[in-house]
Amino acid sequence: MSTTTESVAFDTRAREKAADTFGMWVFICSEAMLFGAVLLLFFFARSSYGPAFAAASQHLSLPLGTLNTAVLLTSSFAIALAHMFTASRRWRPAVWALICTGLLGTIFLFIKAMEYASEFKEGLAPVLGAPFRFSGPDPTHAELFFAFYFAMTSLHALHLICGIVVIAGMLLLWPGTTEAKRTHRVQAVGLYWHFVDIVWVFLFPVLYLINRA
Amino acid sequence: MSTEALRPTSYLGEGAGPAAWLLTTDHKRVAWLYLVSLTAFFFLGGAFAVLMRVELATPAGDLVSDDTYNRLFSLHGIIMVWFFLVPSIPATLGNFLLPLMIGARDLAFPRLNLASWYVFILGSAFALVSVLAGGVDTGWTFYTPLSTLYANGFVSMAALGVFIVGFSTIMTGVNFIVTIHKLRAPGLTWFRLPIFVWTMYATALVMVLATPVLAASLILIVLERVFGIGIFNPALGGDPLLFQHLFWFYSHPAVYIMILPGMGVVSEVLPCFSRRPLFGYKAVALSSMAIAVFGFLVWGHHMFVSGQSAYAGVLFSFLSFCVAIPSAIKVFNWSLTLRKGEITFETPMLYALFFLALFTFGGLAGLFLAALAIDVHVHATYFVVAHFHYIMVGGMVTAYMAGLHFWWPKLTGRMYSETWGRIAATVTFLGFNLTFFPQFVLGFLGMPRRYHTYPPEFQFWHVLSSAGAVVLAVGYLMPLLYLGWSMFRGARAPANPWGATGLEWQTASPPPPHNFETMPKVDRPAYDYAMKGLRHEAFSPHKDEAR
Repeated sequence: MSTTTESVAFDTRAREKAADTFGMWVFICSEAMLFGAVLLLFFFARSSYGPAFAAASQHLSLPLGTLNTAVLLTSSFAIALAHMFTASRRWRPAVWALICTGLLGTIFLFIKAMEYASEFKEGLAPVLGAPFRFSGPDPTHAELFFAFYFAMTSLHALHLICGIVVIAGMLLLWPGTTEAKRTHRVQAVGLYWHFVDIVWVFLFPVLYLINRA
Repeated sequence: MSTEALRPTSYLGEGAGPAAWLLTTDHKRVAWLYLVSLTAFFFLGGAFAVLMRVELATPAGDLVSDDTYNRLFSLHGIIMVWFFLVPSIPATLGNFLLPLMIGARDLAFPRLNLASWYVFILGSAFALVSVLAGGVDTGWTFYTPLSTLYANGFVSMAALGVFIVGFSTIMTGVNFIVTIHKLRAPGLTWFRLPIFVWTMYATALVMVLATPVLAASLILIVLERVFGIGIFNPALGGDPLLFQHLFWFYSHPAVYIMILPGMGVVSEVLPCFSRRPLFGYKAVALSSMAIAVFGFLVWGHHMFVSGQSAYAGVLFSFLSFCVAIPSAIKVFNWSLTLRKGEITFETPMLYALFFLALFTFGGLAGLFLAALAIDVHVHATYFVVAHFHYIMVGGMVTAYMAGLHFWWPKLTGRMYSETWGRIAATVTFLGFNLTFFPQFVLGFLGMPRRYHTYPPEFQFWHVLSSAGAVVLAVGYLMPLLYLGWSMFRGARAPANPWGATGLEWQTASPPPPHNFETMPKVDRPAYDYAMKGLRHEAFSPHKDEAR
């Protein structure tokens, strides 16, 4: 039995690595079903109340949404860099790339929180019994749109928070982690991080870009 | 757990303190952690059922109020489905046996395995707090808008509990899939795997792909109740029916999560006690996968009268009939395995044969429900209750008991009392039929489910059913006693007491910490009961013990 494997089940590091990557993919399939279910509900509602949803979508902040998309895609770039650096055993830049990833994720959450705050102020947040004020033609279904908006973006934010916590944990344990494990973990976390980004790549157009000319 | 006299090479002898158990990553010990917690939930859920049956012994609502009754059946369902049936065989026997059966030292992710138990316990804590605080009255299905707008129990708490337990299910599923793909012993090709491993694989696929959909629908309920985000709120144009679609998209496949492992156990037990290879191995293996796939396409048959389109109803009805095909393939192959076999009636075999009878009966009743016209008549009656209890209790719990007895020597290194085992199996079978057969009649006569009072003309059948519940309870309490006793006082078990094939029998009972002294290689198909040296001699010590 090789002493470098994390699980006693594996004979070699290479086999364990293959299993870890495969396991992460299986988990991502599972997560895709979670977001898939919510997106399905959204598309069903949107097909029923298209005009109301389009009108409500105009009230989201497109500049902030676009900025956030850029921030998150850059964070994906950063974690891809981290993976590259660990593969070539350049540990210092790898750590910086991971710190960048976590920071960009945090900036995304911060901008998202600002968006939420302004939506609360404008009375567009049907959350916690806050009054909903909407001047468009179909306020009832606009409210449903905002219900979806808050449910979907908060579910995404929750996943992002998990990602940030995992990266922070990885960095805290970094000095005591063997080199092989570092590469290995960065790859697994990277896969998850990219997945959370891709979810946003779906959420951004379906929420922010409805009927924009 | 008895550890004092066991050989130090066994996994049980590796340390007896709480930390040695609670911080273990050995799949065999994690299986025990699950076994103990699930047994507690089984008897808690069972207690709720007994209370309901006692209430239903008389037509008037004289023992509990209607509100209490609503909470009883809701908690019975929630606990039995998510805290017993879904994890039952996979998390206990599957956890213990999967690495042994494929010749591995452990599951692919041993720490994830232990983590899944802690997540399970966290979810259980939420569910138990909701029980102690006053329970929920939504039924186990959490239908909206009842659950979101009207129910006044501790719905969010219970839904969160189920949500959290879902993650433990997904963890187990991921672990099993990766283990089966990556850790099979040299020579153990897919078509040499024991059927139990095939069913674990099919189950794990459903766990990984269906559970997140339940998570999504439950989290939306919690968002609506706690934060007022009304996705399903009809006042906003939300569609409560969509909740039903999502819920059954999980919950129908979930019944296959519950029954597939049972089918796996029976596929191991029947060949062993008829000394015959499993008939039609490939057909049985692939039918498990077929059931897993078809299972995702039939959810609409729960919603024939919910207002979905009639065309959807016809399609779902057709697809539901299709599921009967792989199930029937299994039943026919099991029956043909018995043909010309040298059948002996040890306790696991008795349970397995009872499974065969009850599963077939319950499955055929399912065809009635899949037929659109009949379903309109029997929908939400006791006919449905009887149908799924025949599958879930008569099928799954019986298979669970079969497996528990079959592998008990492997789990504990001790033999249980064969006499008591046979008595308990028979009592369970009689008690089960007495409890649930009258419910078919009741349902057909029009007795709706979930009512705590009923017209006096139904009393005869209700009394039969309630009497049966008492017998059934005795049938389930007996193993608790004699199996518990055998852990400390039972005769020592040899490595292979039943003369069974399968890698798990080629190591000591109980197995050493990393399962095998030398890692096994496989050069023959599963169920090779013609193999030399397997026959009766292995039976003798155990038979002497029974007399």
